[in-house]
Amino acid sequence: MGKRVGLEVTVAVAEAVALCRIDMAGVYPITPQSHIAEHLSNLVADGVLDAEFVTVESEHSAMSAVIGASATGARSYTATASQGLLLMNELLPIASAMRLPICMAIANRAVSGPLNILNDHSDIMPQRDTGWITLFAENGQEAVDLSIQAFKIAEHKDVMLPVCVNIDGFQLTHMVEPVEMPTQEEVDKFLPPFAPHATLHPAKPVTMGAFAMSDYFAEIMKAKDEAIKNSKKVILEVWDEWGKMFGRNYKAVESYRAQDAEILMLTMGSMGETAQVAIDELRDKGIKAGLVKLRLWRPFPFEEIRAALKNAKKLIVTDRACSFGGPGGPVFSEIKSALYAGDHHPAIYNFIYGLGGRDVPVQDFTGMFEKVIADTDNKAKDTYEFWGVRE
Amino acid sequence: MALKTWKELPIGCVVSEPGSASEYHTGSWRSQRPVWNDAKCIKCGICYVFCPEGCVQQAENGFFKANLDYCKGCGICAHECWPRAISMVEEG
Repeated sequence: MGKRVGLEVTVAVAEAVALCRIDMAGVYPITPQSHIAEHLSNLVADGVLDAEFVTVESEHSAMSAVIGASATGARSYTATASQGLLLMNELLPIASAMRLPICMAIANRAVSGPLNILNDHSDIMPQRDTGWITLFAENGQEAVDLSIQAFKIAEHKDVMLPVCVNIDGFQLTHMVEPVEMPTQEEVDKFLPPFAPHATLHPAKPVTMGAFAMSDYFAEIMKAKDEAIKNSKKVILEVWDEWGKMFGRNYKAVESYRAQDAEILMLTMGSMGETAQVAIDELRDKGIKAGLVKLRLWRPFPFEEIRAALKNAKKLIVTDRACSFGGPGGPVFSEIKSALYAGDHHPAIYNFIYGLGGRDVPVQDFTGMFEKVIADTDNKAKDTYEFWGVRE
Repeated sequence: MALKTWKELPIGCVVSEPGSASEYHTGSWRSQRPVWNDAKCIKCGICYVFCPEGCVQQAENGFFKANLDYCKGCGICAHECWPRAISMVEEG
């Protein structure tokens, strides 16, 4: 077992990625991800990590470079945030369609405009339909663990899909947290060498990313959808193996004091830890409140969500982004969609909060609970609200 | 060529057979075909030069025709042919 050390989360993530013995990193620095790029670059320059660090001129080039590197059979990594992720957007569906197991950290940050460098989920949400396996970390340890698990999931022969690990910008990336770093021996034991499904090599010429017209396009999209749906089985197996090896257990949907809860809140990302404190306060007052935390955003864990919400009378879904002119927050939309197919339908409320880095203290979470509890006849159900905006 | 089902597609749609693009007959996209009037043709070869698909071929007698497996019917040959020897005819 590795030592417990105090590390800035971005540095810990870069160290974890180095333990995965990547062959190539193509990273363009952007706040609040830059320390991942800088630390990986240092590790390569210092000879600690035997990899190519490609200094690209944009995030579009970063994603293009890792796609090319991954196609040659190199274990390839990148990281970005906000505008950088948006600039990568046109390459993201190509990486997944080519079934290249690229891993990427996203230091979640609000997208412009107005320009803002702080945390919310408005960068990852527009990438929802690009075919990437999408995981959310709640704390520094999870950011490290998920970054290592990502390669094992992505490169599994039954998956072969890119994986992104979402780490809330500043609120997680820039915290110095106690992190148990696995040893090199442990990671070597956990993560086998990358065995690509095909490689670009002159000895065996192949074409990757070929053209397809209407006669094949729909079949290719169906194959991609099935691939990402089927990846859930492998993700759960990898988490099971991780739990046995390292004693830290991961689930697609986590619950906190939710068993007998009448009113549940759902969070995704780093807000879960603050919400837990709010749950404790509410429980002390005798309110049957509980928390459900979504770790796996794609593939979406429909059964697990329905199971976790099956006893709730009221449900508060929190979102860190808005689908403007749509149903509210994207998480809200997904949860409603999951519940529609089930036979339990709690009164559901949506709060969009913590936008552009706005601080969300414990009393904001208790305030959301109080507001929803006060709606005794469920008049306000199925609505969404920008929490805490000045009227 | 029987079309594959989604289950039969190779992972990532990798094409493992080099040069197989020649089996893809893009001529099926065509809505009009070029027809040469050899009485007007002066064998200058401008159609051969301008064809973006490289599918205009010269026969032994010096006249030209298109390989309809690949001709997409773009009409550039007819547009460039200054003796007006090529007309574009609707496909049936």
